[in-house]
Amino acid sequence: MPKKTKMTLKEIKELLQAEVITGEDCLDREIRFAGGSDLMSDVLAFGKPGILLLTGLSNSQSVRTANIIDAKAIVYVRGKKPDKMGIELARGKGIPLLSTKFMMYTTCGLLFSQGLPGVNGLPHKE
Amino acid sequence: MKMSEENGLLQRFEITGGDFGNAGKTSTSIKEILQEIGIDSSIIIRASIAAYEAEMNVVMYARRGVLTLNITPEKLHLKLEDEGPGIENLDMAMQEGFSTATDEMREMGFGAGMGLPNIKRNADKFDISSIPGKGTSLGITFCLNQTEKK
Repeated sequence: MPKKTKMTLKEIKELLQAEVITGEDCLDREIRFAGGSDLMSDVLAFGKPGILLLTGLSNSQSVRTANIIDAKAIVYVRGKKPDKMGIELARGKGIPLLSTKFMMYTTCGLLFSQGLPGVNGLPHKE
Repeated sequence: MKMSEENGLLQRFEITGGDFGNAGKTSTSIKEILQEIGIDSSIIIRASIAAYEAEMNVVMYARRGVLTLNITPEKLHLKLEDEGPGIENLDMAMQEGFSTATDEMREMGFGAGMGLPNIKRNADKFDISSIPGKGTSLGITFCLNQTEKK
């Protein structure tokens, strides 16, 4: 199977057998790279606009962080789901939220093996 | 949102220490204001990250703080003044990975010792001063009229 350099959220949802918490209408959104961390300060340091954020941090700070760095969507790992405040915020900001039962390592591995690069794999434009 | 000729836009936000439920609201509002004004998107992200880290520091460590946003045609300035324990050793606080965070702070996804270094990295100019036992002041400046990007 040819490697992909981008994936839609729908393809990611299917690959990760994920549940869509909010943003069902945004699943055609294209994802070009991803990054995973439970530390929001790390995400703020390495995150780039358009990132797919993978995290096990389920409080509303994950959504606030995603909004600040213009993330395309969040995938919560280990079956985690954000709190009500986080879901409301994501709805308001148009950030799709997905939840997968896979753990962080497996989630990253599945996406990477499909060809989806990490943040460092991108040439710096600026 | 209008900018007056003399002072530009000036807006003041109060942040309450320990209020983890509302943590991040101020910087989310600041980002919305910057988007509304039409600031360059790369500067919006840098300023939002700096504001967010600064806000989290107040929520995590201080009793209260005031974040002032000032935008003129030349620069975007964030001033943060808090009442709190202050910082004993600024050199150590600026080191990546140095942190005095509690488990509660780490559960929020913060307290990894990246906050102040993240602010400095994103800013064009960064000033910090602190009086132990009283509080900490940050001055964070972004140039708006330069074409080269940081």
